[in-house]
Amino acid sequence: MKHDLEKYRIKQLSIFSENRPGRLMDLARDMKEAQVNILGFTIAEGSGYGVVRMLVDKPEKAYEKLATQGHVVKFTDVLAVKMEDKPGGLYDLTVLLKEAGINIEYAYGYRNSPAAVLILKVEDFDGAIDTVLGSGRTLYDVSHFR
Amino acid sequence: MSAWNPKMEFMPKEELDKLQLKLLKALVHRLYDYSPFYRQRMDLAKVHPDRIRSLTDVAKLPCMQKKDLRDLEPGQLFMASNRELVRYHASSGTTGRPTIVGYTQKDVDTWTESVARGIASAGLGADDILQVAYTYGLFTGGLGLHYGAERLGCTVVPASTGNSERQLDMIKRLGVTAIACTPSYLMHLGEVSQRIGLDIKSDTNLRLGILGAEPWSEGMRGRMEDGLGVKAINIYGTSELSGPLWCECVEQRGMHVWGDQTLLEVVDPETGETLSPGEKGELVVTMLLKEAVPIIRYRTGDITTVDWEECGCGRSHPRLGRITGRVDDMLIIRGINVFPSQVEYVLMSNPELGNEFQIVLERKGALDDMLVRVELKPESFQDNVAKLESLKSRINERLKNTLMISAEVELTEPGTLPRFEGKAKRVVDKRNI
Repeated sequence: MKHDLEKYRIKQLSIFSENRPGRLMDLARDMKEAQVNILGFTIAEGSGYGVVRMLVDKPEKAYEKLATQGHVVKFTDVLAVKMEDKPGGLYDLTVLLKEAGINIEYAYGYRNSPAAVLILKVEDFDGAIDTVLGSGRTLYDVSHFR
Repeated sequence: MSAWNPKMEFMPKEELDKLQLKLLKALVHRLYDYSPFYRQRMDLAKVHPDRIRSLTDVAKLPCMQKKDLRDLEPGQLFMASNRELVRYHASSGTTGRPTIVGYTQKDVDTWTESVARGIASAGLGADDILQVAYTYGLFTGGLGLHYGAERLGCTVVPASTGNSERQLDMIKRLGVTAIACTPSYLMHLGEVSQRIGLDIKSDTNLRLGILGAEPWSEGMRGRMEDGLGVKAINIYGTSELSGPLWCECVEQRGMHVWGDQTLLEVVDPETGETLSPGEKGELVVTMLLKEAVPIIRYRTGDITTVDWEECGCGRSHPRLGRITGRVDDMLIIRGINVFPSQVEYVLMSNPELGNEFQIVLERKGALDDMLVRVELKPESFQDNVAKLESLKSRINERLKNTLMISAEVELTEPGTLPRFEGKAKRVVDKRNI
């Protein structure tokens, strides 16, 4: 099966941020001012700094705003897997990925009734898309987040 | 009153002057005849050894800077062969390059004699047990005090640095009477002892501290003497001159600098002109007896005064006052000399980092804490915490190897550190000494 893989590359914003009071507030204000809606959000904690990861409805607009405000921001491609919102859903998916030999660099989820969404950062992008779609599961494409 | 070498230490001033002149003349002749480096220097300054006829003529000789010692290969400056050398020490230079100093047996003996005289004048003797809690190794503090104290007949506990609870346990169990360490480390031991329920004043025999390698104040002296019951004695020296050399006597009014080994001057740091006795300026040192690495008019960079009046203890040798500042931007952190340029050198070798950095110094408890803040270049940011962490630990490691002390590293966002027009102010020193 051949897929149009590019549309599954979801542009996540990754922001390098010093760990000090008010820094997240600055970020949130910038998003508010740019009228950007945040759909998914997580912070990875380093020592003395954090990496903020956000899925937003207008990635380019958000990127531009953040860059002009002096934030260190980068696009990172991630996958958005539609999950069955029931016990064992995550387990089934991880079994699938393990068997395909696909390593997860990081992941985070959010619930978007009636389904749940798992955001995956993997090294083997194409392999992960093939594996997930090949199992009959759904991957959200970029249009889902606009 | 105990003295290790009364004949020398109480020598009348006129005799001491004569001896110094004799030694100075012999030194410049020896260097002119046998050291290509010094000969070239003296020719350049148009000073032939025959022109040194009085002690004040020393001012005609060219000065020597820390960078001279750093930039020269040992072979260019050393006047002793491997056969004659018995030891090396090293200190941090202004860049990542350490300054190497070699010693002949006579150099070690002269140094040891100086320390033995000094600590004896401070009240130590053969009945004392001295715990040396300076670092042993390339740093001169540990071995310098160790040899001096052994020469005097003290029992030495070579504890080196670190492991405060064990240090205190030794002090208590062995009945240690004196400790040699940085003043901030003694204050730290005071804090640790409180925490573990040990009263240094009543539970131990500790009564004297030989404290140096970093600047300290009369305020700290009061706190150590009143709080810990430890008489606080100031000691001074640097590896370029040998190591720890001169300390206060029981009078605690300046550090006796042995004139039969050393000639002192105080100069205006700007013009280099000799200042009148008692005036504050940069300390310039000529080591009259050094063999392996001769030192003439070494500009220490330390701002101080020298008192030439006879001391209350009767010793005729000049006394060095407290070091009140530096001519350059050298920092002293946990007893180790650190130049911001060394930090810069390490940081700039990492392409991931920007050009701006900041050094923040704080006292955490009694000890110095060094934080290096540096900006991450936007293009080198990757959404990968493990890679960022490994960048940090790489910088950490290199700083430790270069500075010989560890520093916290903080990656900051670009544009957040202060920018400077003209001379950058990279150091924020929040320590209240």
